[in-house]
Amino acid sequence: MPVTETRLLLKYADEPDYTPGIDSYLMVGGYEMLKKAVGMKPEEIRNEVKGSGLRGRGGAGFPCGVKWDLVDRKSGKPIYLICNCDESEPGTFKDRQLVHKDPHQLIEGMMISAFANDVKLAFIYIREEMPKGAKILSAAIDEARARGFVGANICGSSYSCELIVHRGAGAYICGEETGLIESLEGKRAYPRIKPPYFPAVLGLYNCPTIVNNVETLCNIVHILRMGVVEYNKIGRPNNTGTRLWCVSGHVQRPGYFEVAGITMGQLLYDLCGGPRPGRKFKAIVPGGGSMKILRYDEKFKGKKPNGEAYEYGVDDIPLDFDGVAAAGSMSGSGGMMVMDDSVDILEALANLTQFYAHESCGQCTPCREGSQWARKITARMCTGNGQPGDLDTLYDMAGNIGGRTVCPMGFSTTWPVQSYIDKFREEIVAKARENRCGMPREARLIQK
Amino acid sequence: MNLKPETLSTIENLIPRYPQKRSALMMVLHEVQADQGHISNEAVEWVARKLDLQPINVLEVVTFFPSYRQEKLGRSWVRLCRTLSCGLMGAYTTGEVLEKELGCKMGHTTEDGSITLEYSECLAACGTGPVALVDEDLFENLTPDKLGPVIAEIKNRAAGGVPSPTKG
Repeated sequence: MPVTETRLLLKYADEPDYTPGIDSYLMVGGYEMLKKAVGMKPEEIRNEVKGSGLRGRGGAGFPCGVKWDLVDRKSGKPIYLICNCDESEPGTFKDRQLVHKDPHQLIEGMMISAFANDVKLAFIYIREEMPKGAKILSAAIDEARARGFVGANICGSSYSCELIVHRGAGAYICGEETGLIESLEGKRAYPRIKPPYFPAVLGLYNCPTIVNNVETLCNIVHILRMGVVEYNKIGRPNNTGTRLWCVSGHVQRPGYFEVAGITMGQLLYDLCGGPRPGRKFKAIVPGGGSMKILRYDEKFKGKKPNGEAYEYGVDDIPLDFDGVAAAGSMSGSGGMMVMDDSVDILEALANLTQFYAHESCGQCTPCREGSQWARKITARMCTGNGQPGDLDTLYDMAGNIGGRTVCPMGFSTTWPVQSYIDKFREEIVAKARENRCGMPREARLIQK
Repeated sequence: MNLKPETLSTIENLIPRYPQKRSALMMVLHEVQADQGHISNEAVEWVARKLDLQPINVLEVVTFFPSYRQEKLGRSWVRLCRTLSCGLMGAYTTGEVLEKELGCKMGHTTEDGSITLEYSECLAACGTGPVALVDEDLFENLTPDKLGPVIAEIKNRAAGGVPSPTKG
């Protein structure tokens, strides 16, 4: 039996008559949970979210309830809520669907989260490259305000909260929460150092701040609607709820899929139709460009509950946080990029190093310089100018970026470089040598 | 600074939304760029006065973010995604066809100021790659064999025509 999607967040998004307007959302029971929420105690909602085990969908998978728990509620300063809609991780396009097709679900999730955390002013930080999304959100907020779901006296209660759409300007680094906060303060998006600048304590304007991903905030509505017990039946323990997976590259039917409790093979074959005719899968980047690559023929070692060891392949990887982590990578933002046997893996790496070189914010030397080294070395290997020892230089250099920078973006250069070399060293060396000795082929995946 | 009256009123409405004036900076810059086609030194100084900042506070933001431009953009601004998912589906071949058909080199603006053509990094629409953002509209599945409609639309906008509605 082929698997099917478990649509919770995207339940109505692709229905033919469903529009981003408020009437569509109200018709399917929209804003009922916000009405319920304002009659609850904020800590009751926080406990529900904590009990659901909801993990952040932006990339790191940090439990949302714990993040909310860390907020400094005694400082006397205002608490801010920011929705991170700077979706920029290569391969990820899930937030785009949620914002463009069902904006009121996000607004309801945000208002419930705002109420639960005593927030009076919330922001949606949306990337500049989604101008339509920003307009849809602004229009939706106006509609919601007119009906009393945003602004003063929400749902007739004494609770008031404003919501502002703020547009980015094309910088990947604003997906990093402290970079986003700097940018929202009107400065260059240089991430802040932790400690002391944990947003929960010293965030926007040095006030306690919660930064959550779009998908995370949409989930809040469903946790309240279903209750913790029912919600936790979706997915596996510690990986509750659905996940939105974005599949791109070399499959027959790329797209976004909301699923729970399935394996990578089921996603790749049942939902995406498998490889293109006459082709075989070669490599999978499971959770966005920064995550470590998996060889499709790779084998992993697992342990059954009774302690018995067994071997499994890429197709058997459970599609959730812990499943992908056990295979040595991360589910990240759910952006799965699939490469078949037509791909020159050296060029694929060169393509990504170009991305990270462009997107390094330049604040920390290892990342600013290292990402440029990675770009230059991989590019010259692609065009027949590779030098003996290039690969070792690259590997060694990459290992000195991640963990030596203010923000985790250092790892975004480290992980692809090291994992591509770990898993495809022979092929990369052979390609570089071939490019150098024979007639260099025209590189197809990098800018010349 | 000759900003349109509607731009000025939008800016006046934007500033008080924020607890601190400086936070409005990025949104104000978007409005200025939409009005002027770029952000000039004069605009930098004007925005600085508007938000009680030093011009350098504005300029450092303008030069940090790729979407802000100090040189005038073409009437139609075409950004073709080149990152891995789009690259795998042939974005660089698409780029070559666009260069030829539009008579504009990547990273340049045509001499008559009608088209700016660029490669961009991931546009977050990877499942329908290659994709391009033409002004505010997303065009998807731009494999080299399916470029007719997007080229026609870019030329239409470059000639000052009314943009055709798209679903993006």
